[in-house]
Amino acid sequence: MPTEGKNEADGRLVVSETLGGGRMWSRVVRRNERLTLTDVEGGAAVAALFFNAKDPLERYNMPDTLKAQHVSRLTKGNALFSDMGRVLFSVVEDEVGWHDTITGHLTAAASEKKFGLGSYQALRNEFYRNTRDNFLIELGKHGLGKRDLHANVNFFVKVVAGADGALSFVPNGRAGATVELRAEMDVLTVLSVTPHPLDPAARYAPKPVALVVRAGAAAPADDPCRRSCPENERGFTLTEAYFA
Amino acid sequence: MALKESRLDPARASFDHVVESGRGFSHDVLRGQTLRIVDLEGNQAVDTLFYDRHERANRYSAVDTIREQGNVYLTTGTRLFSTEGDVLLTIVADTCGRHDTLGGACAAESNQVRYAIEKKFMHNCRDTFLLEIAEHLAPMTKRDIPANINFFMNVPLTPEGGLRFEDGVSASGRYVELVAERDVAVLISNCPQLNNPCNAYNPTPVRILIWDA
Repeated sequence: MPTEGKNEADGRLVVSETLGGGRMWSRVVRRNERLTLTDVEGGAAVAALFFNAKDPLERYNMPDTLKAQHVSRLTKGNALFSDMGRVLFSVVEDEVGWHDTITGHLTAAASEKKFGLGSYQALRNEFYRNTRDNFLIELGKHGLGKRDLHANVNFFVKVVAGADGALSFVPNGRAGATVELRAEMDVLTVLSVTPHPLDPAARYAPKPVALVVRAGAAAPADDPCRRSCPENERGFTLTEAYFA
Repeated sequence: MALKESRLDPARASFDHVVESGRGFSHDVLRGQTLRIVDLEGNQAVDTLFYDRHERANRYSAVDTIREQGNVYLTTGTRLFSTEGDVLLTIVADTCGRHDTLGGACAAESNQVRYAIEKKFMHNCRDTFLLEIAEHLAPMTKRDIPANINFFMNVPLTPEGGLRFEDGVSASGRYVELVAERDVAVLISNCPQLNNPCNAYNPTPVRILIWDA
């Protein structure tokens, strides 16, 4: 019946949180749920790791994602592929236009070098959290660790490579800009709202991000992410076969 | 692109081994030793990973290497960074000029995505990595296979955010040479890919040489 799945598709609110600068978050975003991130003030950065929640050995794969779609950044219409040829998330809406996945994240040592120590002892809960430590803490809650780190996505971050391959950081932030992802399987999602290593800002002041998860419907047959290239069609086919 | 030749004499190498296409290879390279990979017949992609020999979770990181040098291509002078921010090796000679570290390794599953569902049973680099790990690098598993280097492979990016696989810029006899900055293990899959120009549709052997410090 056409009404089947209506409860899944009604946009029911599952999670709504504002993550202050420096914070981290992890949750299993269930298949077909929509995860929306908003750059509240402009200039936020969200580093992200993704795993198949049922089998975390399957995880986001940057090279497979880029070469399947012949892209070097992520935006609307792109799929985020796992190392098993399946789609973890699709980018269904994007007001930003460019999300980085080739320049990694700050460790504690690199953060201290860039911003100074900013210890808990001195600053209490305003201390300078870094992406690596945040990742390891959240991964640890799910039985994962250093061996599970992989090339991450940096939402709201734009780093362009010139013809000679040289990188340049391009300010990409706009207050209120959103990116919306649709989970194509149950995805263990690990986020850190911490400074990107190439952001030239010398002062530690990560910006907040609003995060919303809503229930949603499955991708239709004519879904733009699915249809954006034959590679994505096959990725969706393999994902569906996994759930068959 | 920084072309530089080496003065090292292959006759004086302490290790000299040919790896056929479709085969895996792993070996220790100790601090101060020099590793050379020779593209014997030209345009052969050599999928390569490095691990701190004493702490294998401290492994090659493509994104850290790219970011720290501010450039997406690897050539003479490139320092190969680990996940912990250590320099594992430095490229000290390069007669090819450009090497990729964003194209990753081919896998049965990514071949299905990229080419056709029925390509699943073609030989691929991840199968080689998994077998080599199981045979020689236990207790490592698939968790320990991050984004790799593709020596001699040409994957140009565009400023608009595109990425292409192009004919190689390598040729018969070209090589890349690296000095180990700490004790490392090298893991290689000599790529068997037949579906794109990364091996000029003709996978061929490579030669591995190691000189003592």
